[in-house]
Amino acid sequence: MEAHAPDHLHGAGVHGDHHAHHPTGFMRWVTTTNHKDIGTLYLWFSFSMFIVGGILALLLRAELFQPGLQLWEPHFFNQLTTMHGLIMVFGAIMPAFVGFANWQVPLMIGAPDMAFARMNNWSFWLLPPAAILLVTSFFVPGGATAAGWTIYAPLSTQMGPGMDLAIFALHIMGASSIMGSINIITTILNMRAPGMTLMKMPLFVWTWLITAYLLIAVMPVLAGAITMLLTDRHFGTNFFNAAGGGDPVMFQHIFWFFGHPEVYIMILPAFGIVSQIIPAFSRKPLFGYSSMVYATSSIAILSFIVWAHHMFTVGMSAAAQLFFMYATMLIAVPTGVKVFNWIATMWKGSLTFETPMLFAIGFVFVFSMGGFTGLVLAITPVDIQLQDTYYVVAHFHYVLVAGSLFAIFGGIYYWIPKWTGHMYDEKLGKVHFWLTMVFFNVTFFPMHFTGLAGMPRRIPDYSLQFADFNLISTVGAFGFGLTQLLFLYVVVKCIRGGAKAPDKSWEGAEGLEWTVPSPAPYHTFETPPLVK
Amino acid sequence: MTSKLGRMFATLAGSAGWSMALAADGPNQYNLQPPVSVIAEQIYDLHTLIMWIIFGIFVLVFGVMTIAIIKHRKSVGHPAQQFHENTTVEIIWTVIPFIILIGMAYPATKTVIAMKDTSSPDVTIKATGYQWKWSYDYLQEGVSFYSNLATPRDQIDGHNVEARKNNPNYLLEVDNPVVVPVGKKIRIITTANDVIHAWWVPAFGVKQDAIPGFVRDTWFRADKVGTYRGQCAELCGKDHGFMPIVVQVVEQDKYTQWVAEAKQKMSAAAPSADPGKQWTLEELHAQGAKVFGANCVACHQATGMGVPGTFPALAGSKVVTGPKEEQIGIVLNGKPGTAMAPFKHLSDVEIASVVTYTRNNWTNKTGDIATPADVKALRK
Repeated sequence: MEAHAPDHLHGAGVHGDHHAHHPTGFMRWVTTTNHKDIGTLYLWFSFSMFIVGGILALLLRAELFQPGLQLWEPHFFNQLTTMHGLIMVFGAIMPAFVGFANWQVPLMIGAPDMAFARMNNWSFWLLPPAAILLVTSFFVPGGATAAGWTIYAPLSTQMGPGMDLAIFALHIMGASSIMGSINIITTILNMRAPGMTLMKMPLFVWTWLITAYLLIAVMPVLAGAITMLLTDRHFGTNFFNAAGGGDPVMFQHIFWFFGHPEVYIMILPAFGIVSQIIPAFSRKPLFGYSSMVYATSSIAILSFIVWAHHMFTVGMSAAAQLFFMYATMLIAVPTGVKVFNWIATMWKGSLTFETPMLFAIGFVFVFSMGGFTGLVLAITPVDIQLQDTYYVVAHFHYVLVAGSLFAIFGGIYYWIPKWTGHMYDEKLGKVHFWLTMVFFNVTFFPMHFTGLAGMPRRIPDYSLQFADFNLISTVGAFGFGLTQLLFLYVVVKCIRGGAKAPDKSWEGAEGLEWTVPSPAPYHTFETPPLVK
Repeated sequence: MTSKLGRMFATLAGSAGWSMALAADGPNQYNLQPPVSVIAEQIYDLHTLIMWIIFGIFVLVFGVMTIAIIKHRKSVGHPAQQFHENTTVEIIWTVIPFIILIGMAYPATKTVIAMKDTSSPDVTIKATGYQWKWSYDYLQEGVSFYSNLATPRDQIDGHNVEARKNNPNYLLEVDNPVVVPVGKKIRIITTANDVIHAWWVPAFGVKQDAIPGFVRDTWFRADKVGTYRGQCAELCGKDHGFMPIVVQVVEQDKYTQWVAEAKQKMSAAAPSADPGKQWTLEELHAQGAKVFGANCVACHQATGMGVPGTFPALAGSKVVTGPKEEQIGIVLNGKPGTAMAPFKHLSDVEIASVVTYTRNNWTNKTGDIATPADVKALRK
């Protein structure tokens, strides 16, 4: 987030100057192996993808403003929904969390940098080419892939070259994620400051450790699925082609074996961020630390045995449907434990409501609504009615926008004083929160209704009974999108100046990152701190 | 623009009083559609039950949170206590949700098992998904037909907004609906011709993917006479939003009558009806326009210009203005590696007429005709 971690600010005694020689300007960012620089790169990359994905969302919401086809051909509309999904999942949310991990994990465990600094550079610089492949796929013959972000075969085998570009982009992003995960795991397991046992690690570090294992387990599975898709498309194989003895449903099994853990990859670090913010602004330690760790681990393990709840309508046996229903319902237990612990942390605290706390409380509140609809969808018969409707769209935007994105915003407001050395504009931050919260609900709450009433997702035009709610959603979406420009303004303003941030930027904040100066010097913890 | 904005605000104001406005007329916009089968009713009740449980949990959990937010804030001088662990509490809030879940799982399990019981049906209908329409085969009765979207193109593309506004079944109407007898167990067998589709009628609580090369089944028993509408529920390409499903539930005697009529209509339309008939260009062109509207227009467009980069133009196309045998071959067998699917399932007359139509429409003026005999000769 900050462009000038200035050398002259290196705090005396924290480190020497001998590592301070690094290229400046553009080459600094290309060649950097510094975890803070790379974290910053990840976060800016994520933000630009967030804008691109957001523009796609607004384009498709514009078409849905009223019934009839006004702006786009249905084929282009499908490209918009597909690319919105792919770009937001792989370009915006995942890299944002890796950005947080890069900045914060070494600072929070008292390590001087990530374990594999050069690989760290490489994992970031794989992302821009992948993003270019994704975005330019709109301009190849036939346009971008229009098969949905789930790229189900055999629809995806029908697509033009845009599909191949997406496959390559996913391969590259997958490789980047795997390298990032190896780096994070190695850093956390080997480079903790003396005295920091596993059960003393901040919860954000714990959630990322678990997330990294999930990534290593499932990214290769996605790579396998899309490679099979690629060979089906071009090299005459028939993995998913029934006419050649293949099975289209197998693609869905493989995809969701990746896809469900992927959902938790996008939410567990959010849990971690919220678990840092709530204690800080409650001025009270996190309630039930160890049960939070166990709950996170349970969610991660359960995520491997629930994948087919995305496929209740493919026609599985009753036994399989029941197994996946029970397993899915079980996830409500550890998720509930987390919510209860957050609220117990707030209980009898001394609460203040700065922007990070607003986003954290907003997260708990609105993410829980996504959790509730998740419970509704876990019930197989109800899911069969609601599968592939706007109800599902509402559900996953409640967990991915109100969940992951709110936590990302909260985390940025929480740590940006450490990153830039300045306090952000609190008033504007709060305005950003309230506008985001209101427009989010205006956009997505009506989708529960349209979904229940029977509006399928991924359609460019709809029957008239859905018109009112779609109009409201579109108005909300534009409000939500424009509000994020305010966020950009607040961040840029904070980078450029503002009240000087103290080392410990928040009264109730705990952790090693608050023991180093603000902004955090280019090199920190060259001598490991001692954790009591 | 002003009128659009005005309408927008009117709608927004209107939505503030949804409950009043919508209780009076129009379909339910907030909840599941009124169920007309046992399964749909169980789904409806399950959903209601879960919503009440959720509502209870919501009030309890966020009530506590709200109290904390109001009372335990620094600005009212609340000091922070430092407790941070209590194993008993953790166990309680692990066990209680678990028990609630069992309470939810029990009725859900019964419904799952009931949904899967497709045995001893009264009527069995095979529904086949195509890009982008459905075809139906009544297996015992021997009735088969295609079911296309019946909403006129000009309502969709905005050339006839007035008609759209007055069309309560906009995008939910078809030329040939499925007709089933009331109170009988209907088994739906699904499969697909090209990609995965899903056959969904909300009022029956039925949604079943239609998977190419595989056969799946589901069932319903409609309680009430009426017309019930659904849509394809699995993204299946460009016109995924334009392949609705309409089911007419009728009394048994009407159903029997319908089957008889449908059979008669089929034999009349069969290519063998009059194999010796000599077709004129005008006759084929007129017939072909209908076939084109039902099968081809979605991709190749009414203008014959296709969608550049995605679906090739027919107007001025080398294939369409070249030898007719080649064109018939492509219509019959499709073009591998592209979205052009085989249309073997159309009759010789239909293919001959649509080929003739495309060869003599727009800028294409070949002046020749493709006869049903030509098509027959090229079928493998």
